[in-house]
Amino acid sequence: MNTFGWLQIVIYLVVLGLLTKPVGIYLTKVYGGEKTFLDFIMRPVENLIYKLTGVDAKAEMNWKTYGIAMLFFSLVSSLAVYAIQRLQGFLPLNPQDFSAPSEHLSFNTAVSFVTNTNWQSYGGEATMSYFTQMSALTVQNFVSAAVGMSLAIAFIRGIARFETQNLGNFWVDLVRGTLYVLLPLSLIFALFFVSQGVVQNFKAYDTANLVEAQTIEKDGEKQIVETQTIAQGATASQLSIKMLGTNGGGFFNANSAHPFENPTPFSNFIQMLLILIIPAGFTCTLGRMTRSQGHGWAVFGAMMILLIVGIVIAAQAESSANPLYPAAVNQSVGNMEGKETRFGIANSVLFAAVTTGASCGAVNAMHDSFTPIGGMVPLVNILLGEVIFGGVGAGMYGILIFIILTVFIAGLMVGRTPEYLGKKIEAYDVQMAMLYALIFPLIILGLTAVSVMMPETGLNSLYNQGAHGLSEILYAFTSATGNNGSAFAGLNANTVWYNSALGFAMLFGRFFMIIPVLAIAGNLAQKKYVPPSTGTFPVNTPLFTVLLIGIIIIVGALTFFPVLSLGGIVEHLQMLDGKTF
Amino acid sequence: MKNLVTSILIVLIFTVLLGIGYPFAVTGLAQILFPEKANGSLIRNEKGELVGSELIGQTFTGEKYFHSRPSAAGNGYDASASSGSNLGPTSAKLIDRVEADAETLQSENPSQKVPIDLVTTSGSGLDPHISPEAAEFQILRVAKARNISETDLRKTVAKFTEGRQFGIFGEPHVNVLLLNLELDKLNNK
Amino acid sequence: MNKTISIWDKQIISQALGDAFRKLNPRTMMKNPVMFVVEIGAVLVTIQLLRSLILPTETTNLLFETQITLWLWFTVLFANFAEAMAEGRGKAQADTLRKAKTETTANLLKENGETEIVGANTLKKGDVVIVSAGEFIPGDGEIIEGVASVDESAITGESAPVIRESGGDRSAVTGGTRVLSDQIKVRITANAGESFIDKMIALVEGAERQKTPNEIALNILLCGLTIIFLLAVVTLQPFAVYSNAPQTNFVLISLLICLIPTTIGGLLSAIGIAGMDRLVQHNVLAMSGRAVEAAGDVNTLLLDKTGTITLGNRQAAEFIPFAGVEETTLADAAQLSSLADETPEGRSIVVLAKEKYGLRGREINELGAGHEFVPFTAQTRMSGLNFNGREIRKGAVDAIEKYVANGNGYKASPELRETVERIAKMGGTPLVVADNRKPLGVIYLKDIVKGGMKERFDQLRAMGIKTVMITGDNPLTAASIAKEAGVDDFLAEATPEDKMALIKREQADGKLVAMTGDGTNDAPALAQADVGVAMNTGTQAAKEAGNMVDLDSNPTKLIEIVAIGKQLLMTRGALTTFSIANDVAKYFAIIPAMFLVAFPQLQALNIMNLKSPESAILSAVIFNALVIIALIPLALRGVKYKPMTASKLLQRNLLIYGVGGLIVPFVGIKLIDLIITVLGFA
Repeated sequence: MNTFGWLQIVIYLVVLGLLTKPVGIYLTKVYGGEKTFLDFIMRPVENLIYKLTGVDAKAEMNWKTYGIAMLFFSLVSSLAVYAIQRLQGFLPLNPQDFSAPSEHLSFNTAVSFVTNTNWQSYGGEATMSYFTQMSALTVQNFVSAAVGMSLAIAFIRGIARFETQNLGNFWVDLVRGTLYVLLPLSLIFALFFVSQGVVQNFKAYDTANLVEAQTIEKDGEKQIVETQTIAQGATASQLSIKMLGTNGGGFFNANSAHPFENPTPFSNFIQMLLILIIPAGFTCTLGRMTRSQGHGWAVFGAMMILLIVGIVIAAQAESSANPLYPAAVNQSVGNMEGKETRFGIANSVLFAAVTTGASCGAVNAMHDSFTPIGGMVPLVNILLGEVIFGGVGAGMYGILIFIILTVFIAGLMVGRTPEYLGKKIEAYDVQMAMLYALIFPLIILGLTAVSVMMPETGLNSLYNQGAHGLSEILYAFTSATGNNGSAFAGLNANTVWYNSALGFAMLFGRFFMIIPVLAIAGNLAQKKYVPPSTGTFPVNTPLFTVLLIGIIIIVGALTFFPVLSLGGIVEHLQMLDGKTF
Repeated sequence: MKNLVTSILIVLIFTVLLGIGYPFAVTGLAQILFPEKANGSLIRNEKGELVGSELIGQTFTGEKYFHSRPSAAGNGYDASASSGSNLGPTSAKLIDRVEADAETLQSENPSQKVPIDLVTTSGSGLDPHISPEAAEFQILRVAKARNISETDLRKTVAKFTEGRQFGIFGEPHVNVLLLNLELDKLNNK
Repeated sequence: MNKTISIWDKQIISQALGDAFRKLNPRTMMKNPVMFVVEIGAVLVTIQLLRSLILPTETTNLLFETQITLWLWFTVLFANFAEAMAEGRGKAQADTLRKAKTETTANLLKENGETEIVGANTLKKGDVVIVSAGEFIPGDGEIIEGVASVDESAITGESAPVIRESGGDRSAVTGGTRVLSDQIKVRITANAGESFIDKMIALVEGAERQKTPNEIALNILLCGLTIIFLLAVVTLQPFAVYSNAPQTNFVLISLLICLIPTTIGGLLSAIGIAGMDRLVQHNVLAMSGRAVEAAGDVNTLLLDKTGTITLGNRQAAEFIPFAGVEETTLADAAQLSSLADETPEGRSIVVLAKEKYGLRGREINELGAGHEFVPFTAQTRMSGLNFNGREIRKGAVDAIEKYVANGNGYKASPELRETVERIAKMGGTPLVVADNRKPLGVIYLKDIVKGGMKERFDQLRAMGIKTVMITGDNPLTAASIAKEAGVDDFLAEATPEDKMALIKREQADGKLVAMTGDGTNDAPALAQADVGVAMNTGTQAAKEAGNMVDLDSNPTKLIEIVAIGKQLLMTRGALTTFSIANDVAKYFAIIPAMFLVAFPQLQALNIMNLKSPESAILSAVIFNALVIIALIPLALRGVKYKPMTASKLLQRNLLIYGVGGLIVPFVGIKLIDLIITVLGFA
């Protein structure tokens, strides 16, 4: 990769680092109920919502109440998204007259957007009406992100508070996160994206006369194509929240590779930034709310290092030549299959690492066509538990689970029973943390194994064969369980089995993991304060950062190393060995 | 039960606020501030006919045109079905395709190695660009077909070559559709 | 009693070898889920092996399969052996104790005043027995009448006899100890079978061992990891089938056993037992493992000044005469007043006068007739000597003042007050000397801080532990000694209530408090403290209130107890880290071996360059088993503990057990591979 490539990556990381603190401070204010500069406009809206819904903004909830409110809200949300899709044909803003998606696709999509996964078994421009995209999908882009943020805040409160049951009020967190963080930023960046060329209209698709008519062969018959249908839509408004809320569901099938969804390198840069600013900001929020800023930065450091390692590995892999290509091809640039010319290798691998480190799942290049090692980076990023900054909120509570495990394993080595920010970590916490750590591989490995055992329903969907085929299925379940949404998109997932299995993977990967998270938060909040001393395991040092990385890698890599060795690793070696499938 | 009612009310309110109010607000502002871009950066010919979008590539196969990259969108550059090839690096299909394309291209310009982007599909299948190297590779053929000097052609290509945005972001690229339209215009003169 | 038992004690080892097999009983194994999984794995491969023996197929590799089966059983046995070793060492301690508990009889005092000889094992709480010189005390109790010298070496290992007497804080006696002189009347305070020694035996034998909170939490973690790896291995077979490389059960089970945390799983209970055992070696008896863990967490140590921080006695440091009095005159009077004073303070006055002023200590008989010693009494609080018509007295300031004023209406001079205050500020105790009711000057008695205490407190501070000195001295004196000793804080003029309040205050801040105590009035505080160490010489009430008893009655022991607690936790953490880190190398041994046939390209992952797939898998399994044996001494001894800050400790342990855990198996597996290849086992 050339110097400009590395330079862009460095600029990205620096800007992200610089934004972390201001965003973190702002988030702290919003969730602390403090005054913000948006109060003049949002306060009345906020109060009106409480009034209309009868929410008592002052009432605090314990972990169970908080969880139940969250579950109810998600349930109603799923039903709404499902209903809107099924009724698509009867609803307005459907210039292409798309009929309703199938039951299993609608289920999959509803679950997908409510769980902040945004896995798409469909191509947006060929399936969803503008109304569905707006009123169902865009809305969930906002609120599923706000739910994730609420949960992270509830967890942080659990750490920061002592001897209480209270974790805050779910409704208030949901509303404030949406109104004060997501909505204003989305609005501004949507307009920015339009300025770069992203479309924003309610027109029917345009038909252009091709400059050069083409003769194509279709079903053995020659056909002459003279026109090009150009899909349109309210893309920008959905795009900004798709990135900011680490949703990742593309308006178009090609997602952020589509020139209408990501027209310029600068729009690309901003999109990558939007993915990570809130997750990164949360590390600072963690530090501030727990009055341990150093700890926040130590966590930020661990995430940053993991991100950088992934970027470097992917960049190296994608910049290298595919030995299977004929010698006549000049491969000095690297692997351009599935990548856009305007972005090049650097922006494609950076985007891939960022979108999978966070549970965003938007793509600007096709991961399926990455080199074996290059493609393993996004896969491993998700397998590590979506904690390389992670999804909005989800990344924060995910890493907190890893922190608890780190503190527990390594904390013993300082000769004290483990403690974390003034709280003893005891059997119950470990139990819940292990439950969390267990559910993840259980769903991924279990469903992947079931899928490969079914030649008809499982393997017929494969687009690539050999080791790469295994990676396709593994990636699908990993992405769904990790609530990422990106794909090795060759796999035809729009089948009854995959739509249903992936739907359940998304549901379990979100809600089964949230329950232990809330349980730990509730348990931590009740604990008494144990004052830290020089004898306490320090959680604000570079050594802690290294340890945390070690635990994340060990828990992730040790679990998945066997299957990865049969996927990407063996494929890489086979590629070097000149084998095709 | 109270949770259920609250949930329904909040979903309703948010659907109106975020699902209708917000996109309409953005659309309104976008149509006022950037009407051309908001509608797809469309290109019309002198007759006012729509011939494409600046941002969406088209297939070119004629000798006198600069060719776009291979496309996996529909039957090629189908802007209502964007898609990458999704072929993996060890896919026999991919390697066969690359080998075939490389052979054809190599025959057009045996003196140079084939630039990678000319044998690989883009992520969207709608990539409007090729690399400057890919344009350079085709100059020999296009100049011959159009019967213009390579130097003149290079100048025209340079006109449609965009450098890195702000000198930093992205990779240099050539807009194939705009370039070909310009060439047609020049020829017509 | 020899408290340190060699790790290689033959008898213990042979006993443990037998126990290792006995523990194979699934019902016992189930208590340790990680090793239970290994046992199930071993059973499964055994069945598989039998099938191979009876119905061999083309692919059967009997040599390999037999070895795998054997080593899996060894893995279980080694873990059982580790536990049995720890228990064996505990039992050895217990046996020594049991010897002390020889069947004794007791002279039970009946209500009618007669005595009856009964077996010691029939005694109940509240019975009163009479024990005479040469007899064993039949049970734990309290002296209600008499004084005796008692040989407690059976429990403490200390051969010098101790004095026990009724009333006060030296009234408790322990069953199994022997009265050397005199006769005492003892009220039994523990039912037979519930005595101290009984409890101790039960504890060190591990019979009553309950998992401690941290151990439970760690067990959950290990079970979780085991399930995760079980999942990884179970799902591997479908992936292998997809890849046209199905695996045999031998290989899959080998992989599973290598991955699950057998190292720590096999040694966890041994670590716990050994931790208790180490306490016993230090002559400390913990009532529960929980207390040992708590000791590692202690934030605040309450230490009694006398005996812990300072030498029990004060020493004369200086004679300060009043204006118009010669120093030698004062020294002479002070010496005379102390001639018959056998207290350490008194003796130190005689010595100081002799060393500094050349006043040879006169023998009492040199004084001639007509002399009369005035002993110290609680009423006068003075002592001294009358001879040749002189009345020489020394005593506390107020006592002497009263005495002087009684005679001639003397009022304390400002000079006296000033001097006394000055001494107090320096941390000393002033004793005023008067000759014929005329104050001559003041003896400066100095508290002597034990050597090395400052360094120890510095270490404790580095570990994040705050030390608080408890003393009955006035605040001025206390402050000065606290400063000299280097403690962080002090509690002066401490009453039991003050002590209690201090503990509660610290605990309210979330701190864990450890303290020592011996008196009955310490009991509430001992009960309140998180770690309450009662002195064995203390009262029964104190012993029952605390959760540990120090048989040596050495208050400084608290520092060692904290270290043992920390060591226990560190050993667990270190071996867990080591165990998990080991997995990396095992993967690099086994994964390429599993799929090498289907994918020859995977040779690239065989970075250890192991000879064949069979030798690779076998080496990993053998390493996995042997490492348990290799780490038994570490588990029993505990990892080395040096007081330092948590950051440094972590760095050090992480380097040794984390990085070491990554590297060691690479070397080990490679070596084993070489050896078994040479030996032709694979």
